[in-house]
Amino acid sequence: MNKKMRTISFGILFALLAASCAAEPQTLTVMTHDSFAVSEDVVAQFEEEHGITVEFLLSGDAGSTLNRAILSKDHPVADVLYGVDNTFLSRAIEEGVYESYNSPVLENISDRFKIAPDNLALPVDYGDVCINYDKAYFSGNDLDLPQSLEELTDPVYEGLLVVENPATSSPGLAFMLATIAEFGSDGYLDFWQDLRDNGVVVVNDWETAYYTNFSGSSGQGPQPMVVSYGTSPAAEVVFAEEELEEAPTASLVGENMCYRQTEFVGILAGTANRGMAENFVDFMLSETFQEDIPLNMFVFPVNENAKLPDEFEEHIQVPENPASLPLDEIREKREEWIEGWREVMLG
Amino acid sequence: MKSDWKKIGRITLVVIPLIFLIIFYFYPIWEIASVTLRRLDPDWMKDIPWGIISDAAGFTVFQAVLSTVLTLVLGLPAAYLFGTYRFRGKNLLKILTTIPFILPTVVVAAGFNALIGPRGWLNLLFMGLFNLAQPLINLQNSLAAILIAHVFYNTSIVIRVVGGALEQMDPNLEMAARMLGASRWKTFRNISLPLLLPSVVSALLLVFLFDFTSFGVILMLGGPRFSTLEVEIYIQTVQFLNLPLAGILSFLQLFFSMAIAFLVMRSGGQFIAPIVPHVKSERLRSPEKPGEKIFLALMAAVLIILLVFPLLGLALRSFLSVETTRAGQVTAWNFTFDFYLSLFENTRASIFYVPPVEALRNSLIFASASSILAILLGFMLSAGIRGVKRFDRIVELLILLPLGTSAVTLGLGFFSAFSRAAASLRYYPLLIPAAHTLIALPFVMRVIRPAMESIPESLKDAAKMLGASPFEVWKYIELPLILRAVITSLIYSFTISLGEFGATSFLARPELPTLPIAIFRYLNLPGGNNYGQAMAMAVIILAVCALSIFMLERLQFRKAENDRMNGHAHT
Repeated sequence: MNKKMRTISFGILFALLAASCAAEPQTLTVMTHDSFAVSEDVVAQFEEEHGITVEFLLSGDAGSTLNRAILSKDHPVADVLYGVDNTFLSRAIEEGVYESYNSPVLENISDRFKIAPDNLALPVDYGDVCINYDKAYFSGNDLDLPQSLEELTDPVYEGLLVVENPATSSPGLAFMLATIAEFGSDGYLDFWQDLRDNGVVVVNDWETAYYTNFSGSSGQGPQPMVVSYGTSPAAEVVFAEEELEEAPTASLVGENMCYRQTEFVGILAGTANRGMAENFVDFMLSETFQEDIPLNMFVFPVNENAKLPDEFEEHIQVPENPASLPLDEIREKREEWIEGWREVMLG
Repeated sequence: MKSDWKKIGRITLVVIPLIFLIIFYFYPIWEIASVTLRRLDPDWMKDIPWGIISDAAGFTVFQAVLSTVLTLVLGLPAAYLFGTYRFRGKNLLKILTTIPFILPTVVVAAGFNALIGPRGWLNLLFMGLFNLAQPLINLQNSLAAILIAHVFYNTSIVIRVVGGALEQMDPNLEMAARMLGASRWKTFRNISLPLLLPSVVSALLLVFLFDFTSFGVILMLGGPRFSTLEVEIYIQTVQFLNLPLAGILSFLQLFFSMAIAFLVMRSGGQFIAPIVPHVKSERLRSPEKPGEKIFLALMAAVLIILLVFPLLGLALRSFLSVETTRAGQVTAWNFTFDFYLSLFENTRASIFYVPPVEALRNSLIFASASSILAILLGFMLSAGIRGVKRFDRIVELLILLPLGTSAVTLGLGFFSAFSRAAASLRYYPLLIPAAHTLIALPFVMRVIRPAMESIPESLKDAAKMLGASPFEVWKYIELPLILRAVITSLIYSFTISLGEFGATSFLARPELPTLPIAIFRYLNLPGGNNYGQAMAMAVIILAVCALSIFMLERLQFRKAENDRMNGHAHT
């Protein structure tokens, strides 16, 4: 029997090893984060046109995905990297994971999105991290909406806001950056101290903030304001339990109250598939792909010619002046800012 | 000559699992360590935030010790209950108390929220009863939430491991002691306790290691004020890509967990009395005295409240939604099966959409593969190191290493080590059973090995003398005696794999998700339907898990029945 067991386990080991060594031609590998989604027929269209199979390598959240790309940059495991946003872009560029590519489709994209030097990374989509509020709560209590970040420290909003920890959450980080854009590097901590004194609730992750604490979600928590995405109200309509005429939530879009996140795609340095990678990047910026983005990932396409779905036109408030910070400043001070925030908020 | 072959056989039995460990543990760890060293800044030593490190280490030890003690406080009496008494509904209760172990943290958080959250069933009840404006229970972001969740998760380990050993204990020894005039307490202290000690130590070790490296519970239920080593490793790695600091933290985590494991093992886990375990659970009896009945009722109630109610809250939430005012007044109850039905609709036409049935199939395939692998390796190791003093403790510690290692670090190691080899991603998911086996193997070892060691050599020698082949000895003597241990290990390796999220999330191909991955995908977006579908999916895992445990237990029962029938046929 022992012999039998030995044979079986050898078999399993060999199968695992042999399987992991086999190679396969004619595929393009796209490394991305696990929030990535796209319609099946859109990808099929690209595969047919170019006679190739596209494999997606989902590699955890946005930060983990970039880390994996960096750790494997000497022997890239994929050809294209999608999903690095402007809070992480400086790290990706500094580590040299991208090859630059001047895609012809870039002409349909507004210059304000093209912030990567030498087109090392190309913008694909953008979305705003905003405070969502529970409409029913505010109208039911005759409460005015806060018009600025500063107003959030007003005692009438005591204990009504839940935010995410910028050290563990991407919307949490984006919202902290908005407060830095508003109050400056040396003023943001005073604002956070006031917010803390006003009973702001801090949790680690978006899921808890939105589903456990926010009163506007199905979790029906105690706080009527949450740091979430500008598009969340539209998602509440699209994924409603019963058909809704109107979103139960909306976003606060006053000046510097939202932080704009742009996501980028880039060709991984050292790819053996440069031609096909270029085709795929062009495809991601084309109208076909861009029009598929909103209802799959709940972000806006950057291509000006892409038409938006009705839900986006009707239920989303777009900020006129979203906050943003220069890439270099984020790279230099990110750690310092987060550590400062942790000391004030958690100390 | 013959003994030479025997020696070679024994060595092979040990070497194969060790090779597995080298490929799937040491190699990835070595890879990530060398990457870290290559990225070292010459003067990185200057900026090490020792404050953060010592705070995180201190809190990790503190919460792990506290959680483990609380788990034992609930688990040991519960194990006594299951190991001593027969009562109606016992099997059901045993299955229900095992299930929490598999639940992904996101789901546990949702379950607790459905039960004791600000708008959970309990708070709604109290707010309605006493006309309160604020929820009565508020545990969010508290140490209590962490402790309750750890007890919720891990009590089942104590029940299964210690309760199983108790059930198989030879009742004659205790009776003899009592006949010779020993008091009940003295009998317990001098006879039962020493016999049980190895299983208690095993349970304690496993619970402690799970608590020590806990990540999701701390992150989601403890909130930002509580940071353990694992949470800090995650922040330093993902947010700052500070691999040297993450490396120091990982090393500390491994060092502390292994040091404590070593001390616990030394403290008595190695003493195993060679006493024939009893297959037919002769020790089990019905409660007779009033005190026994009260104990049983109380204990069962506590277990139901702590371990079963959150599951029920979750299940209810998947087909019942409640609309409330902010003051907690219930305005409407909606009953619906829509969440279950809509699981089969691909509303977004997404390329990664898979019907829940397929996610379930993936989960079951991975779980079967990894539990078989874990049992095989566990068997080989236990047989190989039997009776080899000193060496066995080293092997035990080696096997425990993956449990004490940071999942974030090991994940990056897996990636660095295997992503190049698995150039075609098609074969990448084959690593999933390997990763799950790493986590399950310590479990299997801690359960199977004491069972195997407890079989006296004389029993096997007698069988051999009477002409039984080694295979017959294994089949007719060893296997029946350790069957319960095998079933327990199977249940755990199966459920570990079913519920595992961390490793799976970066090894699974998007079109081959497991159930926990599918749940996570639903909870990633706002919308009532996504939330409801996630709950429905969680209930499906619960049901599948309960059914698997039920069937595994049946297996044991049927075997025992068959043996009894055969026994009668012979006489």
